[in-house]
Amino acid sequence: MSPIMLAKALNEGLRRSLEDDPKVIIMGEDVGKLGGVFRVTDGLQKDFGEARVFDTPLAESGIIGTAVGLAIRGYRPVCEIQFDGFVYPGFDQIVSQVAKMHNRSNGQLKMPITIRIPYGGGIGAVEHHSESPEAYFAHTAGLKVVTCSNPSDAYWMIQQAIKSDDPVIFFEPKRRYWVKGEVADEPDPLHRARIARPGRDATVVAYGPMVATALESATAAEKDGHDLEVIDLRSISPIDTATVVESVKRTGRLVIVHEASVSHGVGAELAARVQEKAFYSLEAPVLRVGGFDTPYPASRLEEEWLPNVDRILDAVDRSLEY
Amino acid sequence: MSVGSDVSTALPAVPPEPDMVQLLTPEGVRVEHPDYPLDIPDDEIKALYRDLVLVRRIDTEAIALQRQGELGLWASCLGQEGAQVGAGRALRKQDMSFPTYREHGVAWCQNVDPLVLLGMFRGTNLGGWNPADNNFNLYTIVIGAQTLHAAGYAMGVVRDGAVGTGDPERDTAVLAFFGDGASSQGDVNESFVWAAADNLPIVYFCQNNQWAISAPVTTQSRVPISRRSSGFGFPGVRIDGNDVLASLAVTRKALDQARGGQGPTLIEAFTYRMNPHTTSDDPTRYRLAAETETWKLRDPIERVRAYLAREVGVEHSFFEAIDRESEAMAEHVRAGCRALPDPEPLSAFDHVHAEMTDELREQRDAFAAYLASFEEASA
Repeated sequence: MSPIMLAKALNEGLRRSLEDDPKVIIMGEDVGKLGGVFRVTDGLQKDFGEARVFDTPLAESGIIGTAVGLAIRGYRPVCEIQFDGFVYPGFDQIVSQVAKMHNRSNGQLKMPITIRIPYGGGIGAVEHHSESPEAYFAHTAGLKVVTCSNPSDAYWMIQQAIKSDDPVIFFEPKRRYWVKGEVADEPDPLHRARIARPGRDATVVAYGPMVATALESATAAEKDGHDLEVIDLRSISPIDTATVVESVKRTGRLVIVHEASVSHGVGAELAARVQEKAFYSLEAPVLRVGGFDTPYPASRLEEEWLPNVDRILDAVDRSLEY
Repeated sequence: MSVGSDVSTALPAVPPEPDMVQLLTPEGVRVEHPDYPLDIPDDEIKALYRDLVLVRRIDTEAIALQRQGELGLWASCLGQEGAQVGAGRALRKQDMSFPTYREHGVAWCQNVDPLVLLGMFRGTNLGGWNPADNNFNLYTIVIGAQTLHAAGYAMGVVRDGAVGTGDPERDTAVLAFFGDGASSQGDVNESFVWAAADNLPIVYFCQNNQWAISAPVTTQSRVPISRRSSGFGFPGVRIDGNDVLASLAVTRKALDQARGGQGPTLIEAFTYRMNPHTTSDDPTRYRLAAETETWKLRDPIERVRAYLAREVGVEHSFFEAIDRESEAMAEHVRAGCRALPDPEPLSAFDHVHAEMTDELREQRDAFAAYLASFEEASA
C-alpha cells in the first residue's frame, strides 16, 4: 500500500471491518452521505447501505444508548462522536452502561462497541472542538482506551478495536488526520506501547497527536547531543507499563507529554507506576508536559498552551540537569 | 402576558385528563371499550389472578427479608401488579423487555425465578442474569437509560428483518418500561426521537405511579404523560394501571402494531406506588396516608377476585389453592434468599472485561496474595 493519510487509513480500516463482519455497523452524526465532518466514513454508506452506515438523530446519549441495545441484539456498533467536547451528553451511557454491562451481567452480555472520538487541539477551532478527555474514560473500569498516532496504527488499531469484545474508546488525533504514512503489513498488539525512536539519555512518552511532536523534539535534541527515546503509548487503558518501565530502567529519566491538562491526567498515572516499579533506576523526578489546568483556550492562544518542541525540550533539559 | 404577572396565574390550568382505558372496574365489573375489545376466557383471567397474587406475595416476602436484614434494599411493586402482569402477559416469546428495577411482575411473567432478582438487592451480585435467557433485560437503576437500549435493540430487530413479515413466530417487538419520573430524563425523550424517526417496533410502558420518590408527578409534567408522544409523532394512550385486563388488551394491541411495522406506542399506566419508593424511604414526610387509603380502593387484585367470585362463580377452593401456592412461593423466596452464596472477594475481577487486562490481573493477584497472607497467619 502506498502512503496514505491517517483519515484515509481509518476509512480503509472501517471498510475492512464492514467487509469482515456483517454485524459491524457505523452510526453517528453526519457519517452517512457526508462521510463525517472529517470524511473518515467517506463512501461507506454508498458501499454498505443505509442499514449499516447511518446518520442518527443529533443526540450523543442516544447514539451510545442505542448502540448498547444493538449490542444486546448481537450487533457490533461503531459510534462516531463528532468532536471530543460533544461526548459528554453520552457520558452516562458510556460509563454507567457500556462500561458496566458485561460486569453487571456476570460476564454474560458483551459490549463490543467502539466509540470513535476525534480529539485534541491545534486546528484553530472554536470551543469544545479541541479537548482531550481521555482520562475520564481511562478512569472508568470496563472501558479500554486507545489512540493512534500514525496511519498504520490507524488502519490496524481501528480494526482491532472493532474486533474486541470489550468496549473501546478510540481517540483519533484530529490534527494528524492529514499526515501521510505507510501502513505496515501486520498489526502490533492493540494494547502494546511502541518504541517510536530508541535512545539512551531520557525517555519521552507521548500518545496520539503528541507523538509527532515528541519525535520532532528528539530530532532537535540530537543537535544538543541528547539521545532521546520516544515511546508511543498507543493504549491509554490498559497502559503497557512494562515497556515504559524497561525504557526508564535504561535511561533513568522520564518526561510524559500529552495535550490534556496535567493534573489528574494519564501522565500522573504513568508517573505513579514508574516510580513504583523503577524507583532505584530514576535519576531525576518524572516530569509532565501538558495542557495547563485551564479550560482549553481560545484558538489564538493554543500554540502557546499546547505542548510543543520547546516546552518538551525544556522539560528534558530539566530532567537531564537534575 | 403582562410584565410582572404572577407565574402561577399565567399558567393555564392542566387540561382535563383523557379518559383512561378500563376494562374491569375497581368493583370488579367487566366493561367494554370500543378500541380495545378483549375476548378473554375466564381461565385466562384466573391465570392472571394467580400471577397477581404470586407477584404480590414475592414482593411482600422480599420486604420482610429486608426487614430481617437478609436484603439490603427492596423496591416494592405493591399496587402496580396489574399494570405489570397485564403488560408482561402481552409479550410473545420472541419479544424483548427492558425493565427498570421495579418490574418484578414482568419478571414473573417472563419466567424469571424471583431468586434471580434478589441477588442485586441482597448484594451478592449486580444483577447477574443473561437477558437472552428470558428476554428480560437486566434491571437498570439509572433512571430511563434502558429506554435507549430498548430503541437500539429495536433497531437491531428491524435490521434482522423481524418486523412486518406477517410471521407470528418471527415478528418481534420491544417493550420498554419506565416511570413518571423518568419521563423527564433526556434519555427517554431521545429514545422517543429515535423510535419515531425510524418507526421502531417498540412499545413504551410508563407506570405513572404518581411519585418519583418524594416528587409528585406534577413535578414532571403539566400534561398527562400519555400526551407526550404526540409531539414526537406516535400515539399515546392512558390506561387504568390497576386494571390488569386494560393493561393486557392495550399492550397486546400496541405490541401487535409494533410487530406489524406500524411503529411505536406510548402507554401510560395510571397507577400508584402503595409502598415507599424503596425500603429505605419514608413517605410520611411527603404524602398523606389518606391518599394511599383512596388508592387501596382501586386495588388491582381485589377487583379481579371480585369479578371471578361474583361474575364467574369461581369457587372458594380456587382462591385457597392459590393462597397455598403463594405461601409455598414465599418459602421458596425465603429459603432461597438465605442460601444465596456470598461472592468470593476475587470474583469482583472476573467480568470487568471480556478479555482481562494484564494490569487488572496484576491487581487481582496482588490482592489474592494479600488475602492469602491472613490465611497463612491464622494457620
